[in-house]
Amino acid sequence: MNRCLNEFYLFFITNKEIMIKQCEKKAWEFPTLPYIYDALEPFIDAQTMEIHYTKHHRAYFDKFYAAIKGTEFENMCLLHIFDMISELSVTIRNNGGGFYNHKLFWKVIGPDCGGLPQGKLADAINFTFGSFEDFQTLFAEAATNRFGSGWAWLIVRHDGSLAVTSTPNQDNPLMDLADVRGFPILALDVWEHAYYLKYQNRRMDYINAFWKIVNWDQVSSGYAKATE
Amino acid sequence: MIRKCIISIALLLSGIALYAQTTLQLLQTPSGKAGFPTLSFAYTALEPSIDSLTMRIHYSRHFRAYYDNFLKAVNGTPYENQTVKQVFESISSAPAAVKNNSGGFYNHALYWEIMAPNSGSKPTGELADKIDKTFGSFDNFKKAFATAAMTRFGSGWGWLIVKTDKSLVITSTPNQDNPLMDNAEVKGTPILLIDVWEHAYYLKYMNKRADYVAAFWNVINWKAVSDLYAKAID
Repeated sequence: MNRCLNEFYLFFITNKEIMIKQCEKKAWEFPTLPYIYDALEPFIDAQTMEIHYTKHHRAYFDKFYAAIKGTEFENMCLLHIFDMISELSVTIRNNGGGFYNHKLFWKVIGPDCGGLPQGKLADAINFTFGSFEDFQTLFAEAATNRFGSGWAWLIVRHDGSLAVTSTPNQDNPLMDLADVRGFPILALDVWEHAYYLKYQNRRMDYINAFWKIVNWDQVSSGYAKATE
Repeated sequence: MIRKCIISIALLLSGIALYAQTTLQLLQTPSGKAGFPTLSFAYTALEPSIDSLTMRIHYSRHFRAYYDNFLKAVNGTPYENQTVKQVFESISSAPAAVKNNSGGFYNHALYWEIMAPNSGSKPTGELADKIDKTFGSFDNFKKAFATAAMTRFGSGWGWLIVKTDKSLVITSTPNQDNPLMDNAEVKGTPILLIDVWEHAYYLKYMNKRADYVAAFWNVINWKAVSDLYAKAID
């Protein structure tokens, strides 16, 4: 099964191993935010967006690039790197994860979004979880139960099925050390920095607000690429 | 020997008279009977190093939730009658709710205990000597402690602990783990700690954890840390 992640191609062989079939390498660059800082108000406040993007995400990118620059990893694609992350330094693991995870997060949320997934993705969600509400409950549980810092994910597994999972800190399901591996199509940041200025200790309120800004077109497009 | 006795008696008396709910007592309390410690200073007391809104939410929401959820997790289980210390000593086999909330409860109780307004910038006496002997100087110690606090990725705590051989060691733990837990990489008796969960500093410092760590030195209650040290080496 051939799957595509932007410029990267990967090939799943078993549920624990991901093999990259083809990798088209592009220059490392800090992604542009596809909307302005106040675009997600009132669900995510402008100050959180600005600090999250210009400070946290930027620091992950800069530290990641500094860690790989001039090494053999500079010419590898990110999926290759994630696929052998357990053998690499914590600097590459933490910052490579922080770079990729936030990049995906900005893409799967947006202004004038929310609502319900459509088409094949909606069918797959209903088939896998019973209903969209059941999926939401499961995803919210994954996001709530991730103790400390981390991420909740909707992923496409090796067999094309959907699964909900979570990872600690800046790990992600593409990493060889993840409990459940797969191709992420929806991500929710549950580090406190993602919501503390507006929601403080009320992580649940942030999770509820998240559904109002999910860019389902983008998630569907990720799903289509992962299952093509 | 006589000196040790006097110190013990003095600590015991001060424990009874001044610190009705010290963390040392908390550790010896059956988990199901643990009380919710009162904060010995006002929410505004640590301004400007720690802002009052952070103090209020940290104490009345985060800490309170750990305490409530800890009692909920132990009630009706064998953990109920175990002391908090005993729970830590077998934490690797405990359910996540017991592990996370017992740690969150004790760690924060100790954090409030070793902080105070305008409390002086340096340790004195035996602890000061020990810090100098172990780390070379107080400044070197501060650097090493700050490094532990800065390099703990994600949520967690930085610690100064006394090991069983009475040596001082700096370490850090993830999430709400602590050095009393049987799964800790470095075990010992905590005498100083810093919360590096983002909730401890984000409202004021946001992404600048280093500024929070630097400000933390302004609000350490070295008297309380020295007492904990004296007890740990006794």
